[in-house]
Amino acid sequence: MARVIQCIADNVVSPLGLTSAENYMNVKAGRSGLARFEEMGNVNSPFMLSRIDRSVIDTLCDELGIPQGDYTFFEKMLLSSSVQAVRESGIDASSDRVLFIISTTKGNVALLDSRIKGYSPERVLLGESARLVSRYFGNPNAPVVVCNACISGVCAQIEAMRALRSGCYDYAVVIGADEQSPFIISGFLSFKALTDTPCRPFDKDRTGLNLGECAATVVLKAVDDTVSDGWVLQCGAIRNDANHISGPSRTGEGSYLALMEVLKESGTEGLAFLNVHGTATAYNDEMESIAIYRAGLIDIPVTGLKGYYGHTMGAAGIMESILSMYAVQDGTILATRGYSEQGVTYPVNVSSANRPASGNRFIKLLSGFGGCNAALSYAYLKD
Amino acid sequence: MVMEQNTKLNYTLITDTSVQVNGRTLGHESAGAAMLNELYRAHVADWPKFFKMDTLSKVGFLASELLLKECGEERLGGEEYVSSRAVVLFGITASLCADKNYQETIQDKANYYPSPALFVYTLPNIVTGEIAIRNHYRGETSFYVLDGYDARTMAFNIQCAFQDRVTESVLAGWVDSHANDDFRCFFILVERDQAQDMAQLENDLNEIMDKLK
Repeated sequence: MARVIQCIADNVVSPLGLTSAENYMNVKAGRSGLARFEEMGNVNSPFMLSRIDRSVIDTLCDELGIPQGDYTFFEKMLLSSSVQAVRESGIDASSDRVLFIISTTKGNVALLDSRIKGYSPERVLLGESARLVSRYFGNPNAPVVVCNACISGVCAQIEAMRALRSGCYDYAVVIGADEQSPFIISGFLSFKALTDTPCRPFDKDRTGLNLGECAATVVLKAVDDTVSDGWVLQCGAIRNDANHISGPSRTGEGSYLALMEVLKESGTEGLAFLNVHGTATAYNDEMESIAIYRAGLIDIPVTGLKGYYGHTMGAAGIMESILSMYAVQDGTILATRGYSEQGVTYPVNVSSANRPASGNRFIKLLSGFGGCNAALSYAYLKD
Repeated sequence: MVMEQNTKLNYTLITDTSVQVNGRTLGHESAGAAMLNELYRAHVADWPKFFKMDTLSKVGFLASELLLKECGEERLGGEEYVSSRAVVLFGITASLCADKNYQETIQDKANYYPSPALFVYTLPNIVTGEIAIRNHYRGETSFYVLDGYDARTMAFNIQCAFQDRVTESVLAGWVDSHANDDFRCFFILVERDQAQDMAQLENDLNEIMDKLK
């Protein structure tokens, strides 16, 4: 019997809230977590960042009963989000039928700064962070870290869907997070990819991306196909541009191929909107508009969340999927904050205001360094 | 005496002191980082982008080149691309070597010179992109990080990759690099039918993985 993959619980921890509902409410109200910073560590040029207040996370951990111990900020992000989602789901996370999957690009990389002391050298390894989380929940399975640059959060959900469909597991806890440290900020600055003003996805005056911090979790459950209500992860695909390691394809090849594969399985019926990557770099947004046009979806409403959160890297694919679920259920296409005037070759159906949505589905798109692209489709089914 | 290979998979294996193709040792004079350049000149020679790569990418790239040559595959060129070949890699260190190298460029305020050419390799999946570009692969590319050698999880994830119905074969590998002169890697090519028997695949992977430990 084919297995259907349901999303049964979720959480988002960000500067805009400590639960998914709180985040959704603040985004719908047009609030942004982005603020301007003049420097950080040795980084001494200005940048925008949606930064989580460290004391807020400490308080949250206390409230959730997570011992502060010697956890790093990144580990606290993973734990504070996953503990909330697992509790909401009611699952026994210590069962061997549960798989933990972590999505992150740089994990504990901040520990490489020689001024930070008190941690073993192994602590920086991504697998150690994943094991720390699965051990916290008493889970016996080997956790997997998906490390596919900016598309990790969508890949992690695809990986979970496959693991559940295989029949080897019944539940997957998929957690995405990244801490923004001078390591990442200096790197993106060296690429001249950052702007020191709020980002403007798809706008003609867009000047680059903003970075952000977020932790997000979905708990997925495999059910037999006689069950057909709630949020269902329908399908997903990952494709490479085979073009350049640090720039997107000019023809949007990989994004187009991933999108077409998802459309082949799920069609366009009921599609309320595309939640795009929309980083507000010149190349990304142009590339996405080409991929969307080539896929025949230029009239489908498009929405991007980077103006509220910045680019949250390992969390992006998960947090943006969760907010899209809330938006579909609320009958809303969220405004693309920062957008004002069309600035891509193929004019996508994007708006600076919230709009009414019709449909029960969305497709999430992401693209990243290494030429990778991913797409997935979620549908809200009612009996 | 000829050593019999139990595994049916074609494989290549590269560590900082040893290079093997399907169990045959490939000769080289140097070791560590120098050995990688020596291997490139002897067995590839037509892809100068190689010299821009970090250690993780160099090792993975060379292992893929040697494997595809052993398999007798003709490389696609011009406007020919294929989506049916996925590149799925695994490891413990991920980009740790590149991370340390990049950290050195931002550690001291007086000697602060972050460079995009170094930073881009602080993403471990870049090696999957390098291989995709070289071979015109537009299929899935993925990088999974585990907390130890784990043939079972590797076999499971390779098998799962075939749930993408476009994927007909997976160029899979294990690649780690602690430092520029400290690396270990093996690559295999798994066809769709070879991934159906997970116990067999796990056994094959264990057999090759044991040579890395």
